[in-house]
Amino acid sequence: MSSKKYKNVYLDDYFTIVGPLEKESHLKKYNLTMDDYYYKEKTFEQAEVKMQSDVVNNLKKNNSLNDSDIDLLVGGDLTNQIAVSSYNAKNYNIPFLGVYSACATFPEELILASNFVDCSGFKKVITVVSSHNLTAEKQFRYPVEYGAPRPHTSTFTTTGAIATLVGRKESKIKIESSTIGVAIDMDISDANHMGAVMAPAAASTLLRHLTDLKRDASYYDLILTGDLGCVGGKIFQDYLETNYGVHLKNYLDAGCELFLDSQETYAGGSGPACLPLVLFCKILTNKKYKKILIIGTGALHSTTFVNQKMSIPAIAHAVSLEVE
Amino acid sequence: MTKEDYKKLVKKHTPKEPKLRNIVVAFFVGGLIGFFGEFIIFMLQESFGMSKVIAATWTCLIIIGTASVLTAFGFFDNWVNKCKCGLIIPTTGFAHSVTGSALDYKKDGLITGLGANIFKLAGSVILYGVISAFILVIVRVVIGV
Repeated sequence: MSSKKYKNVYLDDYFTIVGPLEKESHLKKYNLTMDDYYYKEKTFEQAEVKMQSDVVNNLKKNNSLNDSDIDLLVGGDLTNQIAVSSYNAKNYNIPFLGVYSACATFPEELILASNFVDCSGFKKVITVVSSHNLTAEKQFRYPVEYGAPRPHTSTFTTTGAIATLVGRKESKIKIESSTIGVAIDMDISDANHMGAVMAPAAASTLLRHLTDLKRDASYYDLILTGDLGCVGGKIFQDYLETNYGVHLKNYLDAGCELFLDSQETYAGGSGPACLPLVLFCKILTNKKYKKILIIGTGALHSTTFVNQKMSIPAIAHAVSLEVE
Repeated sequence: MTKEDYKKLVKKHTPKEPKLRNIVVAFFVGGLIGFFGEFIIFMLQESFGMSKVIAATWTCLIIIGTASVLTAFGFFDNWVNKCKCGLIIPTTGFAHSVTGSALDYKKDGLITGLGANIFKLAGSVILYGVISAFILVIVRVVIGV
């Protein structure tokens, strides 16, 4: 069984930074903003490192924590060898685990953190996740200035970074349970249609979660997938209904909820920062939902393998949150 | 659900690209650039008394230079998506692909960054351009035109 219930694991606090396009979007109540993609650094990659260190430093400061108070730092991003997270981690004297599962990185980090807190007696774990539109474009697509024509199924990598503090101290957000997903490949190789790549993985993880914990989809006030996009969200719902006979009433997709239509991001936002930003800066500010299931979906996309005509595998991890 | 069935399901939800509109837009934007090129050739011939071949070479250089400067100002970033392939297929696109790559990698070192990556996109154009020119020359010699 890949699902696990936690006894008393809480998401104590979080700190967010959003990029120039994101601050004009549907997001509210973020902590810091960036005026441009350089963030006063020399390169985009170094800017992303600074975004990560700013959110971690502020989270530490707000909670009056020293490095020695924190048992573990879990970090992830989209760059090769998750270099951004490593270059951020070297600033601290905190044991570090780097993780990668593309846009499912945030729930993967929460699962790791929660397990260490629940089972290994760790007291405080910080998770940090970031994505930067231009480092990601450079990594996965064309040079930044090229601006190749994009189809309507393509998504726009979110710029932002989020640090969360996971621990035993009771807070408003309880991490109730989680499910680790399996990697799924439905033979889609279109790198401009990540929603289609990831939808079956999201469905599989949702079903696994509901079966393992003997729950119905209506148990949750909201099921929030992270970043299938507007097109992928429709595919996900249809796939769930035709393949598993599950009809979702309380469903939103983070990618589709992020940007305004006028921002011309086509199918919406993507990137590891997308799901946590929408969760913390939109869904939680509404105070409408008590039981939330977040399903982070990641296309495990490698340009090398795609160039070798291979299809793209996808992964999804789910975390159930109970909000006061 | 089989992978084939899933592909059908995906297709059902995938929005159709407005291909005809894209083609028309690209045709007019590309044509407009061609029109400007012809205009510059005409002006060079009239003002400087150049032969048509020399004027065409200068025009090519002017268009490439202008496109490269526009890349630096972020013009293509905003306009390629609107003009579709109308901006990419003419020489403007070639120049832009070179300067775009150069801008991306200039901070990764002159050799390992800029030098190694400047033809990242344009490399294919150069390679296959040279090969097809070579083949066409052979054809021309054989036919004896």
